[in-house]
Amino acid sequence: MTRRAVARTLMYLSLIAATLVVLLPLAAVLLTSLKSEQEMANDGGALALPDDLLNFHNYATAFQDGRMLSAFANTAVILLFAIGGTVLIGSMTAYAIDRFTFRFKKLVVALFLVAALVPGVTTQVATFQIVNSFGMFDNLWAPIVLYMGTDIVSIYIFLQFVRSIPTSLDEAARLDGAGAFTIYRRIIFPLLKPAIATVVIVKGITTYNDFYIPFLYLPSEDLGVISTSLFRFKGPFGAHWETISAGAVLVILPTLIVFLLLQRFIYNGFMRGATR
Amino acid sequence: MTDTTEKAAVEPAPGPAAPAPAPVPRTTRLRRGATPWLFLLAPHALLITFTYAPIANMVAYSFTDWDGVSPELHYTGAENFAELFTRPELFEVFWVSGYYLAASVFQIVAALYFATILSFDVRFRNFFKGVLFFPYLINGVAIGFVFLYFFQDGGTLDSVLSLFGVETDRAWLGTPTSANTSLAAVSVWRYLGLNFVLFLGAIQSIPGELYEAAELDGANRWHQFRYIIAPGIKPVLSLTVILSISGSLSVFEIPYIMTGGATGTETFVIQTVKLAFQFNKTGLASPAAVVLLLIVLAVTWVQRRLVPDDKVDLA
Repeated sequence: MTRRAVARTLMYLSLIAATLVVLLPLAAVLLTSLKSEQEMANDGGALALPDDLLNFHNYATAFQDGRMLSAFANTAVILLFAIGGTVLIGSMTAYAIDRFTFRFKKLVVALFLVAALVPGVTTQVATFQIVNSFGMFDNLWAPIVLYMGTDIVSIYIFLQFVRSIPTSLDEAARLDGAGAFTIYRRIIFPLLKPAIATVVIVKGITTYNDFYIPFLYLPSEDLGVISTSLFRFKGPFGAHWETISAGAVLVILPTLIVFLLLQRFIYNGFMRGATR
Repeated sequence: MTDTTEKAAVEPAPGPAAPAPAPVPRTTRLRRGATPWLFLLAPHALLITFTYAPIANMVAYSFTDWDGVSPELHYTGAENFAELFTRPELFEVFWVSGYYLAASVFQIVAALYFATILSFDVRFRNFFKGVLFFPYLINGVAIGFVFLYFFQDGGTLDSVLSLFGVETDRAWLGTPTSANTSLAAVSVWRYLGLNFVLFLGAIQSIPGELYEAAELDGANRWHQFRYIIAPGIKPVLSLTVILSISGSLSVFEIPYIMTGGATGTETFVIQTVKLAFQFNKTGLASPAAVVLLLIVLAVTWVQRRLVPDDKVDLA
């Protein structure tokens, strides 16, 4: 019995230790973001409490001088189009692959399967030239098209759902004279709602967080997205950790809110996405 | 194209033949010949333009001395590959991956441990689950800054250590070994959550009666892990191993954001990006990328061979 109690205590201790490891770095940044320049100079240590817990001065600086507003706007545009496109393309592909038999189907499936294995970072050297030749370099369309075109994971997610929709529904509609597109639009697409929710969440979070693609394709300052605008804090705010921290908190906050609201969907979504 | 005309030609057929059931399958079959391609047009255009064309181009570039700008390409044969394999500094970056690979072993073990204990009845379970997973959702640049502050002189880590009476003026990102270890630790902090949630999902899909039966047979927690949990999570575990290996080889964000590849923290992808976009050596960056691609594909192939995964049944 005592051995069991000891084991239980150790288990809780390990969980508390892990919690501290996760939360301490974040807490330190949150505290720093509320400190004034002077407090930073006095050097009370990273974990000292700020004098004024409601000092949002650094947030104003980060928001204005760090061009966070246009960053959020650009990110929103990219998110809207990239997610919309992914949902349409993913669901159409899944519908075509699952509901039709056609020549070269095996080849089509293999093309998608192999593409899923190719790590995107490696091919960017050559992708860059292609994007550039379309005149999309330094244009919001570059990330939008790249996010839409290379998302195999959402095709998998849609495929699992399309499969679970009974084909008798399609057949009934076909007897009523519905064509393939009407069946897709009226029957399949509305029934895919859970899959769409999953794809929107997973794709939304990964797009919001992506750094590599906007960093390569959107060098001009007006086209900064969340990641690249925050990255640019490194220069002008150099040692001003209170401003950099405020910027980081501004970026993390939306993620935290979404996570707290949609926890269950997020766990399921990432699980489905990874185990495809 | 032939498909579309065929479809148009057959279109009127169902009208007159409608009362007879026989022509219907014929129409559907022919329609099926064309329609799926209409649905697949857009995805294929994107897939080929942005995945397969780049791969083909990349292989082609790797046999040239192209600088990425000039209109002329000079065919140089296998020279680039020879340079890649003989200039040690170009290959040195692979050693950096070793740090991340070692870290991912730790990461998998830790994720497995937390997934196992949180699959049992634990107080504040959802809280702990959320805390462990949340870092995976945070923006990489924000993580980079959080940890630059964490490791900087007088930053979070030094402050915590001084609470325990340890005074250090160590520059955590100052030497290659220390910097790489620190960066690999950040990567564990960031990605542990995903592995953890995957393991947890796999463990929870094991039917509960199995544990009860085992308990009746006198099995302790270790036995339950060894004989029930471990076999149940094998597919997810092998997937995680693959993701870790290809992930360790293609590390980019954290070291690039935090150190920019300074003090010996340059990884393969950072080097490739620098070669291609800063030094305009597309001709040298391409074979590097081809080598990385081949390694990742080889690793995946070996894994598929060793652990036949019945989940991949797309067709």
